[in-house]
Amino acid sequence: MRVVTGFRAPLAFTVVALLLLVAAPVMASQPTPWQLNFQDFVTPVGALVDDFHTLLLVVEFGIAIFVFLLLAYTCYRFRAASNPNPSKTTHNTLIEVLWTVIPVVILVIIAVPSFKLLYFMDKAENPDMTIKVTANQWYWDYEYPDQEGLTFSSTMLDAEDAKAAGDPRLLGVDNPLVVPVGQNIQVLVTSNDVMHSFFVPSLAVQIYGISGRANETWMRIDKAGTYYGQCNQICGVNHSFMPIKVIAMEEAEYAQWLLKAKQEFAMDNPSPELKLAAASQ
Amino acid sequence: MSATAAHADDHDHGAPIGFVRRWLYSTNHKDIGTMYIIFGGIGGIVGLLMSIYMRMELQAPGLQYMTDGNVWNVLVTAHGLVMVFFFVMPVVISGFGNWFVPLMIGAPDMAFPRMNNISFWLMPPALILLVLSMFVEGTGGAPGVGAGWTIYPPLSSAPQTGMAMDLAIFSLHLAGASSILGAANFITTVFNMRAPGMTLHRMPLFVWSVLVTAFLLLLAVPVLAGAITMLLTDRNFGTSFFDAAGGGDPVLFLHLFWFFGHPEVYIMILPAFGIVSQIVSTFSRKPVFGYLGMAYAMVAIGFVGFIVWAHHMYTVGLDVDTRAYFTAATMVIAVPTGVKIFSWIATMWGGSISFKLPMMWSLALIILFTIGGVTGVVLSNAGIDMTLHNTYFVIGHFHYVLSMGALFGIFAGIYFWFPKMTGYHYSEKLGNLHFWLTFIGVNLTFFPMHFSGLAGMPRRYIDYPDAFEGWNYVSSIGSYVSGIASIVFLFLVWEAFSAKRKAEDNPWGEGADTLEWTVSSPPPFHTFNEQPKFN
Ligand code: HEM
Ligand SMILES: [Cu+2]
Ligand SMILES: [Cu+2]
Repeated sequence: MRVVTGFRAPLAFTVVALLLLVAAPVMASQPTPWQLNFQDFVTPVGALVDDFHTLLLVVEFGIAIFVFLLLAYTCYRFRAASNPNPSKTTHNTLIEVLWTVIPVVILVIIAVPSFKLLYFMDKAENPDMTIKVTANQWYWDYEYPDQEGLTFSSTMLDAEDAKAAGDPRLLGVDNPLVVPVGQNIQVLVTSNDVMHSFFVPSLAVQIYGISGRANETWMRIDKAGTYYGQCNQICGVNHSFMPIKVIAMEEAEYAQWLLKAKQEFAMDNPSPELKLAAASQ
Repeated sequence: MSATAAHADDHDHGAPIGFVRRWLYSTNHKDIGTMYIIFGGIGGIVGLLMSIYMRMELQAPGLQYMTDGNVWNVLVTAHGLVMVFFFVMPVVISGFGNWFVPLMIGAPDMAFPRMNNISFWLMPPALILLVLSMFVEGTGGAPGVGAGWTIYPPLSSAPQTGMAMDLAIFSLHLAGASSILGAANFITTVFNMRAPGMTLHRMPLFVWSVLVTAFLLLLAVPVLAGAITMLLTDRNFGTSFFDAAGGGDPVLFLHLFWFFGHPEVYIMILPAFGIVSQIVSTFSRKPVFGYLGMAYAMVAIGFVGFIVWAHHMYTVGLDVDTRAYFTAATMVIAVPTGVKIFSWIATMWGGSISFKLPMMWSLALIILFTIGGVTGVVLSNAGIDMTLHNTYFVIGHFHYVLSMGALFGIFAGIYFWFPKMTGYHYSEKLGNLHFWLTFIGVNLTFFPMHFSGLAGMPRRYIDYPDAFEGWNYVSSIGSYVSGIASIVFLFLVWEAFSAKRKAEDNPWGEGADTLEWTVSSPPPFHTFNEQPKFN
């Protein structure tokens, strides 16, 4: 087995790389330096995405390594120096059937969890609450239709303010989207101008905001914390500068935040219910 | 080889004298092919310079060289459009296709030589319009089109902005007309001008690949033309095809664009597949394994390519059943693609392989394209794509199939046919240097993009959160290595022309058994004055 020894080093390397990827080391709700895989997911959808992606990684690496080794072996075994007289074989029905059927089988194996994930992530069954997200050039409006129409805008902090607030540069915002943990939240996304995309990697949430449409997705955040995302559809000069910051709070803390927010945003909010609600407190 | 070539010794037989007559009025398929390759080469250099400038900007967080996001957006847009329409397509389809389809099927020229002339001469004005668009007021209020190569409305349709978008639309109109005329020409040539005995099922696979590509062009490009014309009227004449406020829908544009756009990506790779098939068989000294399977795999890819477009649109709010359908359909493409990969390896199996430069490029293409293929299968799953769409993972995917698929196919073809087209041998040493620098450069550039994409880095960003710095730095270094490689290549071309090492008719030995190797290097101005015959 002279051939195999020659591939031991690259093989070992790929196996290590594979393990690294599957084991997915330090992860966070924001990107980390030299990160190799997804951010830590904190939603049920994200957990499924993660599992499914692990399966896909195995398939991906399996196929790529197989093709590479087969190609390398073929090159070695049939190099002109060792095989001066080429064969004239141009057909082998069995192998041709095999390399059509085996990929089909692999695809079916992929398709089953794929569809499960797809249908699970589509819509919240019985949403506990709704958030309406409206994209603008270049900030987000968040509206809580269940909370007397509480509405506010969320704009990126500049580098200094972000630092002061403890946010990473380009990811901090003045008014984050605050949601309770453990609730099924229906998210409706639209736009006031060009297309944008509401994308929060650690929540496995992404959907375009398009004027004239209300696109629907959902999330249930199982862990209190801060999760960052960014606009992900080119939308003009400041496309890189309209981040999303989501804070998930325990129920009680969230209730307090709601009270405060209703007062804080009553002034610049057009909804009369909210003004009333704020005044009565 | 039973074919005979006439006038192989008669070099300048019939070539018009004088620059204007020979090149501007050209109706000769080889001259037009040469012009396409040079034109595409210029496009490629322009696109490459833009990409290096972009990588310089992204090398570190913060703004380095560019003043604001408008500049960035204009560059990404121009880079994409230039590489697709003014580099890959002119070289791989029109350039190699014009040169070698007639030669390989034993035809004296293309079916419509004058139409061939107008096909080419529509391209320079198209490029000029696109370049001009970078200097007039555009989508962002600043000069240039900053909407991405996918030019989605409403960003691209905002009527209050300047003429840049309109110029880009006209540019695409001209380039599209050129492609449609070229496609009609190829189809007619292949169907009607094959030498006696050259049946469809005996055509070299490169000819098959161009034939399938021509059909894709003929069916896909008019849809783009329609879409951008509707965009033009939305912008200038008060229609509202894509404007929700007027009863239209921006998503309609996405459907039309990707109905063109997905076949378009196969338009760029199929001729490269054809080139690789020729080369693998030549340098293994073996006929192609599973010839019919190879030919019909391309037909299948072409057909399925028309029914998968919405895999680019999983996040626009399509119904879940629609996404499920497009997931399934997209995964199906992997099957004929796998047939191609395995048939290439089977062609080599049992062969007598020599590792000349064209073969090196082809081998690299096979393995790197496989990587792009498996990431494609990942993206085909709508459930995963919701988290990967528009991230650098997608950028990694499509550069593995384009910068390593289409580009490596182009270089494989150039190194394969350079002696035939120019009559000179290039320096193997420089060629090897070019190959390895490119190989290292593109992998360094694009592999880390999978990581930053998984971590959530969005595409089309001029500045990114600091955590992404590491992989971006590596990518930037990689792009400089590819830039150096390109200089080596230009030097190789210059060196070959100045050293003037004469090439034989067939420099590759008995494995090279297609018709183009029976004529002299370079071929006479008119080939096959006497029709070759096959038995
Ligand atoms: C195994 C075959 C392939 C599959 C399953 C596949 C799948 C996909 C999917 C699902 C996307 C959309 C990703 C997203 O935007 O979220 C995509 C993007 C893309 N693919 Fe592929 N792909 C394959 C092969 C190719 C080939 C051969 C090419 C070109 C030579 C190509 C070029 C592209 C390009 C250019 C994009 C990005 C377009 C853009 O958004 O700007 N793909 N691919
Ligand atoms: Cu944006
Ligand atoms: Cu596609």
